[in-house]
Amino acid sequence: MKGPIAWAEVQAAAWFLTPALTVVLLFLFLPAFAAWILSLTDFDLYTFAEPTTLRWVGLRNYLALLQDGRFWHALQNTLIFVGLGGLLTLSLALAAALGIHQRFVRWKAFWRTVYFAPVVTSLVAVAIVWRYILHARYGLANRVFAGLGLPPIDWLGDPQVALPSLILMAVWKNYGYDLLIFLAALQAIPEELYDAARMDGAGVWQQFRYVTLPALRPMMALAGLITANGYLQVFAEPYVMTQGGPLDATLTLVLLLYEQGFRWWRLGYAAALAFVLFVLMLGVSWMLWRIQRRP
Amino acid sequence: MNYRWIRLGKRLLGYASLSLLAVWTLLPFGWMVAVSLMPSGAASTYPVPLWPDAPTLAQYTALFAQFHMARYLANSLLLAGSITLGALLLNAMAGYAFAMLHFRGKDALLRLLLMALLIPMHITILPLFLMLRAVGLINTYLGVILPNLASVLGIFLMYQFMRTLPLSLIEAARMDGASEFQIFWRVALPLSRPMLVSVGMLTFLGSWNDFLWPLVVLTQHTHYTLPVALANLAGEHIQDIELMMAGSVVTLMPVLLLFLVLQRFYIPVLFRSGLAG
Repeated sequence: MKGPIAWAEVQAAAWFLTPALTVVLLFLFLPAFAAWILSLTDFDLYTFAEPTTLRWVGLRNYLALLQDGRFWHALQNTLIFVGLGGLLTLSLALAAALGIHQRFVRWKAFWRTVYFAPVVTSLVAVAIVWRYILHARYGLANRVFAGLGLPPIDWLGDPQVALPSLILMAVWKNYGYDLLIFLAALQAIPEELYDAARMDGAGVWQQFRYVTLPALRPMMALAGLITANGYLQVFAEPYVMTQGGPLDATLTLVLLLYEQGFRWWRLGYAAALAFVLFVLMLGVSWMLWRIQRRP
Repeated sequence: MNYRWIRLGKRLLGYASLSLLAVWTLLPFGWMVAVSLMPSGAASTYPVPLWPDAPTLAQYTALFAQFHMARYLANSLLLAGSITLGALLLNAMAGYAFAMLHFRGKDALLRLLLMALLIPMHITILPLFLMLRAVGLINTYLGVILPNLASVLGIFLMYQFMRTLPLSLIEAARMDGASEFQIFWRVALPLSRPMLVSVGMLTFLGSWNDFLWPLVVLTQHTHYTLPVALANLAGEHIQDIELMMAGSVVTLMPVLLLFLVLQRFYIPVLFRSGLAG
C-alpha cells in the first residue's frame, strides 16, 4: 500500500520541480560555472569571428588584472562606496528608525512609507533626476546652496567630489530599506529591558548604549550585509550620472566589467574581474555573518 | 512647569527632524514632476525656477509622439507582466513540491538552492549572453524573460508559506481522488494568495526596475524597456532636462502607485528577500 503511493508522490514531485529547477540550473548554476571556465580563456572580439582562435590561458587574466591600474582604481572606488556609503546609509537609517520609534511620534506608517518610497523606484530614473539636481549650473542642489549663501559646487564634474556625490544619491535611495529592518528590530525589544535599566539608574544614553544597541546588533549585521553587497555591485549610478568619469573618479568594478565585457568584448578578462568581485562579496558576507553570530 | 517645556521642545525637535528628512526624501520627486511640466528650455535658466509658470504637458506629448514612449511602456509592461506570471507559477509549483510532497534528497536539494542565493548577477551575465547568442535569443523578449522565469528566493518564500497550510485539507482532497495538480491548483494556490501577491509584487518591481540584464540583452530600441530607453535617451538628449524628467515620471509613477496600494503585502517579505541581494 505504502509503496505505490510514495512512488506516485515522487513522480509528482519531479513534475512540480522540473520547470523551476531547469531554469535555476540552466540560467544560474551553469553560467556561474561557465564564467569560471571563461575567465581561464582569452575570449575576445576575434573569438566571435573565429571561434577556433580561443585559447586556454590559465590564470593569465587574473595576473593581467592585478597589473591593471584601472582595476585597482575601480576597486578603490568600490571599497570607498561600500565603506563610506554603507556607514552613512546605516547611520541615517538607524537615526530615522529611532526617531520614528519615539513613543510620542504619531502617523508611524506615514513616515515609514515616505522614507521607503525611493527604495521601490527605478535606479536609472532617479539617477537621471539626481544628475540634474546636481547639475553645476541649473541644479536644485546649488540653488539651495546659493540660498544659504554658500558657493556652488561642481558635484559631478570635480574628480574630488563626484564619488561622494554618487554616494549621497545612493544613501538617499537605500536608507529606507535598512530603516525598515531597524524599525522591526526596535519593536521587538521587550519594554521590560528598559524598565530594568531605568531601575538601575541608567540615563537615556546609557539605555541606548547598553540595551538598544546590543539588541540591534544582529539586525545591523544583516542590514550591513545587504547594503554592502548592493554597493559592491554599484553600476547604474555611475553609468547614468558620470559614465565613470571624470578621470575615472567614479569607475566601479561592475562598470569596468560592463565596459570590458560588452563594449570592448574582452569576455575572458571581464569574467576574471567578475570572479574577483564574487570573492570580495563572499568575504564581506562572511565577515558580517560572523559579527551577527557572535554571542 | 519646566519639565513640560522640555517635553514640548523634545517633541518639536523630533517632528522637525522627521519632517526635514521627509522633505529631503520627497524633494527630488517633487522637482522631477515640476520640471517635467515646464516647456523646453525653461529649466535651463538662471536662477533655476522651482515651479512652472504655465504648466504644460508638451514634454509628455513629445515623449509619446516622437520618442516611442508608448512602445517602451508596452515592452516594460509585457516583460514584467509575463515574468511575474511565469515565475509565480514555477516558484509556487516548486514550493508546493518542497512543502507538501515526500521524496528523497529534499534537504540536499534545498541546501543546493540556498547556495544559489550567493551567486550574484554580474557573474552570470557574460556566459548567459554567449549562451543566448548561440541560440539566437539576443534582442528578443524571451531573452529577458527566460532567465527570470524562476527565482530561488521566490521558491523559498512559497515553500515557507505553503508549509504552514493545514495538511488535513490536502489529505482530504487526496482522499477524494484529486490528482496532485488539482490539489495544487484548487487547494494550495488559493490558500496561498497573500504570499502570491507578495512574491508577485517583489518580482514585478524587480523586473520593472531591472537594468543591467535588459541593457545587455536588448540591443535594438524596438525592444527596450523603460530604464534602458531612458538611459539611452539621457545619452542623446543630455540638455533636454524637461524631457528627461517627463521620462523619469513615466518610469517611476507606475511602481510608486503600485507600492502605495500594495505595500502591506510587499514590506513583510522584504526582510527575507534582502538575503538574496
